Amino acid sequence: MTIKRRTFMKGTLAGSAIGVAVGAGLLTPRAVLAAWPKQAFESKSTADALKALHGSAEAASSGDITVKAPDIAENGAVVPITISTTLGDLKSISIIAEKNPVPLVATYDMGSTAEGYISMRIKMGKTSNVMAVVNSGGKLFEAKKEVKVTIGGCGG
Amino acid sequence: MAKGIKVRAKEKGGVVTVKALISHPMETGGRKDKKTGKKIPAHFIQEVKVTHKGKDALTAHWSGGVSKNPYLSVKVKDGKKGDTVGIAWVDNKGESDSVEAKVK
Repeated sequence: MTIKRRTFMKGTLAGSAIGVAVGAGLLTPRAVLAAWPKQAFESKSTADALKALHGSAEAASSGDITVKAPDIAENGAVVPITISTTLGDLKSISIIAEKNPVPLVATYDMGSTAEGYISMRIKMGKTSNVMAVVNSGGKLFEAKKEVKVTIGGCGG
Repeated sequence: MAKGIKVRAKEKGGVVTVKALISHPMETGGRKDKKTGKKIPAHFIQEVKVTHKGKDALTAHWSGGVSKNPYLSVKVKDGKKGDTVGIAWVDNKGESDSVEAKVK
């Protein structure tokens, strides 16, 4: 673990909170640590997560976003979700499971060549809405779909 | 071939559909080991980058709420058969992996 040693030798990081985390083995390349939206991923509510991510929780409902998800998820540990949108000037797509302990599941920073399409599998703790929030040209739009969960998938 | 990423990329009408399956435990940090009763520490992918022709197409920021052995499919414009597509990830422990594939 050469990065750990180097960090301790530098001394500057070692005394800080990051240094403690690094020393404790929660080693993360600094670039990723800076870019990962920690506050958003620690928010306990959809509104707080959106505020942390986008500066606002105001999102207009949009028919140009499709949330494809099962009506009933047999296994909450693996719920297939597909978000597609025809909205232009795509900056980001965020996926929220409203009743999860951490509602924000994932957020995607879209480059100029990315199409409005994300397909993935998420964990859901209980029946809740799955919401997609799209940042199009700096404005937020959302669509949601309720997914019933028979066996929760968040752990334990 | 990277140990834990399977990727396929297909082009149709100039749009490349990338499908990736990543091997990773994606532990939230909230699950308890049934035998010891102790919490299993958080161990999940935080960032995934998808590149096309060497440029970032999109960057994903993930939490432990993404399912174990994550599947991800995205679409990228302006693609041709033979282009190179890349997937790279970094997790909260600083572990990482990456792979490249040609668009078919």
